[in-house]
Amino acid sequence: MNAQDLTLFGSIWAHWLSWTILIPVLGALAIAIVPKDRHTLMKGIALVVSLIVFVMGIAIWFSFDPDTAAFQMTESMRWIPGIGASYLVGIDGMSMILVVLTAFLTPIALLGTWTSVTEKMKGYTASILMLEAGMIGVFVARDLFLFYIFWEAMLIPMYLLIGVWGGPRRIYAAVKFILYTLVGSFLMLIAILALYFLHGKLTGVYTFDLAAFEQIAIPFGAQTWLFLAFTFAFCIKVPLWPFHTWLPDAHVEAPTFGSVILAGVLLKMGTYGLLRFSLPLFPVAATLAVPYLATLSIIGITYGGLVAWVQKDIKSLVAYSSVAHLGFVVLGIFTFRAEGLSGSMLQMVNHGLSTGALFILVGYIYQRRHTRQIDDFGGLAKVMPIYAAILLVVAFSSAGLPGLNGFVGEFLILIAAFQVSPWMAIPAIPGIIIAALYLLRLLRGVIWGPLDKEENKVLKDLNLREILTMVPLLVLIVMIGIFPKPFLRPLEPVAAKIEKRMNSVRQPVRYVIETPSPGDPESRDTVPADETAAPEATPAESDEPNSAEMVT
Amino acid sequence: MTTALKLVLLFPLIGVVFGLTFGRRLPEKVVGWISSLCVGAAFVSAVIAVSGFLGLEHGEAGVSVVLFEWIATGPVHIDAALWLDQLSSVMILVVTGVGFLIHVYSIGYMHGDWGFGRFFTWMNLFTFAMLLLVLGDSLAMLFIGWEGVGLCSYLLIGFWFEKDSAADAGRKAFVVNRIGDAAFISGMLALFALFGTLNIQEIIHLSPEVFAVGGSAVTIITLLLFVGATGKSAQIPLHIWLPDAMEGPTPVSALIHAATMVTAGVYLVARMGSIFIMAPTTLAVVALVGALTAIVAGLIGIAQHDIKKVLAYSTVSQLGFMFLALGAGAFAVGIFHLMTHAFFKGLLFLGAGSVIHAMSDKQDMREMGGLRKKLPITHATMVIAGLALAGIPFFSGFFSKDEILYEAWAGPNGHPLFWVLGAIAAVLTGIYIFRLLYLTFWSKSRVPDDIHPHESPKVMTVPLMILAVLAAVGGFIGLPKVLGGGAWIQDFIGTATGAAAHGAEAVGELGAEAAHGGGGLQVILMVVSVLLALTGFWIARRWYGREEPYPEVPEQAVPGLWKAMRQKFYFDEFYFLIIGKPLLKLSEWLYRFFDVKIIDGTVNGAGQVTNTLARWIAGLQVGHVGIYALALAGGAAIRTETGKGLSNG
Amino acid sequence: MTLTSYLILSAILFTLGVLGVLLRRNVIVILMSVELMLNAVNLAMVAFSRFTLGLDGQVMSFLIIAIAAAEAAVGLALVVQIARDRRTVDVDDLTLLRG
Repeated sequence: MNAQDLTLFGSIWAHWLSWTILIPVLGALAIAIVPKDRHTLMKGIALVVSLIVFVMGIAIWFSFDPDTAAFQMTESMRWIPGIGASYLVGIDGMSMILVVLTAFLTPIALLGTWTSVTEKMKGYTASILMLEAGMIGVFVARDLFLFYIFWEAMLIPMYLLIGVWGGPRRIYAAVKFILYTLVGSFLMLIAILALYFLHGKLTGVYTFDLAAFEQIAIPFGAQTWLFLAFTFAFCIKVPLWPFHTWLPDAHVEAPTFGSVILAGVLLKMGTYGLLRFSLPLFPVAATLAVPYLATLSIIGITYGGLVAWVQKDIKSLVAYSSVAHLGFVVLGIFTFRAEGLSGSMLQMVNHGLSTGALFILVGYIYQRRHTRQIDDFGGLAKVMPIYAAILLVVAFSSAGLPGLNGFVGEFLILIAAFQVSPWMAIPAIPGIIIAALYLLRLLRGVIWGPLDKEENKVLKDLNLREILTMVPLLVLIVMIGIFPKPFLRPLEPVAAKIEKRMNSVRQPVRYVIETPSPGDPESRDTVPADETAAPEATPAESDEPNSAEMVT
Repeated sequence: MTTALKLVLLFPLIGVVFGLTFGRRLPEKVVGWISSLCVGAAFVSAVIAVSGFLGLEHGEAGVSVVLFEWIATGPVHIDAALWLDQLSSVMILVVTGVGFLIHVYSIGYMHGDWGFGRFFTWMNLFTFAMLLLVLGDSLAMLFIGWEGVGLCSYLLIGFWFEKDSAADAGRKAFVVNRIGDAAFISGMLALFALFGTLNIQEIIHLSPEVFAVGGSAVTIITLLLFVGATGKSAQIPLHIWLPDAMEGPTPVSALIHAATMVTAGVYLVARMGSIFIMAPTTLAVVALVGALTAIVAGLIGIAQHDIKKVLAYSTVSQLGFMFLALGAGAFAVGIFHLMTHAFFKGLLFLGAGSVIHAMSDKQDMREMGGLRKKLPITHATMVIAGLALAGIPFFSGFFSKDEILYEAWAGPNGHPLFWVLGAIAAVLTGIYIFRLLYLTFWSKSRVPDDIHPHESPKVMTVPLMILAVLAAVGGFIGLPKVLGGGAWIQDFIGTATGAAAHGAEAVGELGAEAAHGGGGLQVILMVVSVLLALTGFWIARRWYGREEPYPEVPEQAVPGLWKAMRQKFYFDEFYFLIIGKPLLKLSEWLYRFFDVKIIDGTVNGAGQVTNTLARWIAGLQVGHVGIYALALAGGAAIRTETGKGLSNG
Repeated sequence: MTLTSYLILSAILFTLGVLGVLLRRNVIVILMSVELMLNAVNLAMVAFSRFTLGLDGQVMSFLIIAIAAAEAAVGLALVVQIARDRRTVDVDDLTLLRG
């Protein structure tokens, strides 16, 4: 579909991405003027608005050209010319799939938690919409200044969601969440400014445009520090071991909606940042960091799994499982291989679906029993067969059962890691066994076993709304498992582009780069098909003439 | 033919969808029969597909059917494709054929269970996954089926999930399987790294160029695959889950934990036979593990009281035999035994199910005895199966087991030591199966008064009878050449496993006399193996053929060994002590100490320091606006002064 | 009239304002003193503007007037609230923010 042909929507289409950000904001404003006690109306507005955004996301998906790594649906506006900040948005395959994921999960999570919050509805629904706007903004921003603003702006609604509508220790959790993230983003801000001045000094142009930063060769020393600052911020967000302890607290205390979005989308912002900034901007430093980050992710995979195994609270079990899963994603990213990068990006989506679904499911029984302790349940398959069936599918999806979504991503990541080095893949493999350990413990404790608690004997199975909420998630979980092609396809050019970028500096990693090695400008936008087909056949220096000038 | 092949997979899938949608709404009979007919239809399709394949011109190694592109990104291209050759032909016929009979049997066995529809849904899902496993043309496809059957096994073992023991057993099975799977995945990754593909035929085709015979790469990879196989096929050291799996309904034990799923490991090794043959070290390991498992499981089986546990250990032991054959390099023979085993072990389990049904769900043989009169059909069929299992001549098991023992000695990778181990296991087989028959059917009745055993309904006995016929005569398709047969099945499968060229094909070309070791050795070994089976029978008769079999003779003779056998040689306890408990402790420590104390302690500590510092600085905040204003003015004055100084200086 | 005389007047007004803020206890008076200081600055700005023939100073003074208005509005609103709440407008009694 060529939307430009539709003259009626022509102007809207030209600012389509901006509208996906703006509409939730407008929705939040609309909620602000609704009278205080009209709770259903507020929820209705939030739902309708998020559904509109979802439909817009679908439109993005279908109008997206999956064969190019170039940014599409771009918009460019002068914003603060005095400092060179501009309003640059656009999406490539990775952004697209994450925007669609956000637009998909928000209404799902809202519907899945329809009755779970009953007080301060105005703030709650408005926060939800502001959060959605912020998250989409993070994924579409191509200007670092803009990115940073969205990155920080999105924290506020999440902070409120945890701190106001959370559990008993919500204040501690909310403060921990925001402080952890701020420590990282503070460093990132400094790094962004350093990058800004560095670029200004080298070229005389002061800008925050990401594409411009990719053009310059950053001196090795600066590259290291900048990489560390960016990566630190993103690793906290991921969260990579050992920066993960905010996550269990935030998850346990957050209301169900918050947990779903936190796991489903927010964590992806960390890995997204690694792929969007840390790798392409600082390839040399990133290459040097591989052993360290791979080690941390492998520790995270094992550690997260083992700790998840001994959790008593279902939510913290799922939270620690996220640490393990995101460990896989980071591992895949630092393979710098096309299949590993695609696998990681797909795994972000998979984790969003599976873990999001798990949190919604936990929310369902929490609302019925007001407890999340595994020991308080047991034998629910007897009274809630539909619930049990859904939990089963979702848990196995999370455990990476082939035929469901989790396997495809994990398998690609492991294939890539093994080709880099068996030592990168083999230590991660026990994680697969451990995943079975903790997820089966969850199933064993919740749906299997004798139904011996009186309170559980009268539990009602899922109602129509709750089932309908889960259906789209289940469909995607099965579909990605069996036919992942439509999901891998838009990711492929992005993965190939990053792989090429990383390959260009792979060999002489120990040398200091003093001359610019920008690569040809077109390489940002198009990746020739023959190079994507045989990336390993491309020697490091052949297509990057300047990198041969690296001095010893 | 390709359509028929697709239908083989489609029918069980229809059954699953049907079960999910109508399983709880329609009456039992309808659900049961429709599910069974789905598997039956798959069997018919399989027959059509296989006959179509047999009708092909010679030279076709197999038929490939590409369904769609599954995973394709970067250098990874994995098709969802099926591969039908001789090996998978045998497997799909066994899976759908035996599967159909067991489905029909289940209609009677599961009658009245509240999870009736669920049972059939999962059984259909299992059939689907198993077919995928044997038909997958790449290791990745095979792995989908591999994990799929694991999932179904988990669900069906824990079918009566309200029992703690059942729920635990299901979990244990899945986790232990996963340990094997992890090795399997590692093997796959290594193969992909070396070959750039996971397609089995391509790998086999390229392997002579990539691997050196006996090289470390091929040895490590085959060992990893074999560890995967030990998980699924319950070989030492990963055999511990199978006996617990008996918590599931008996038809499940028959189909999944005897006839089909547990043979997946055997299938995998046979499928990758051409690779395994390049790694003699691995083959020796396979043979040794197989032989040891056969003996250890046989010993444990002798000392069990639960009729299903005896059969479970018997299965472990027989799988050991199959691996012994594989390890000796006789892949086709291993598959031959897999097939006959599916008949007679499926039958034994179904018979045991019939007994349990009759005994009002009692499984302890100490409370049985004298059931021959009460359950005539069950008795007759189980005796046939027992004779087949023990290897009494001209029953199916005789041919396959005899071949295994022969190949263990004289196979391409055989060794007399393997034969000796196999022979010991063969004697044990005779002992435990006749012990079972004596204690259940032949000895004096020890049935409690309140139980009145009765023969099972037709829907259960007819499958028994069909399987009994197969168990009795199924071996003749593999009649060895020294007995004037054509060893047809060995040749047939041998073409697919390739490696069997050393064994069966040589026999085909040069005639029985010229086969390695010569026909003389084969005849001698055959006679010896019959003697071994009879020895087993004789011992069992000495011990259990008495008026009062309890207390058992070996228990009095060697109480220490007997206790160890009763307690399964303490494998579970040992694993818990060296793996389970430390791991749990470690996890607890990681959580309670490392996570909460160290990491969070650091984080909160940083907060604490800031807080303390802030409290201290906050002392400057006295709260009097006037003082602030004074400070402000004073500061401004100082600033002006210094500013002046700077500009002047 | 020279620039200096304007500046001296401005300085005197400013000093009066500072002293008012520092010495008086009544919040309203303090606010008035702040206004005085702002207007002293205004005077200086306008004077500079007049004598240097630039318009910057006048622009600035408009800005300051606007700020002063806003400040007075917010400040007085706060004072009214404080007076209602605490029944006093003496700054010595308003020490809730003591660290």
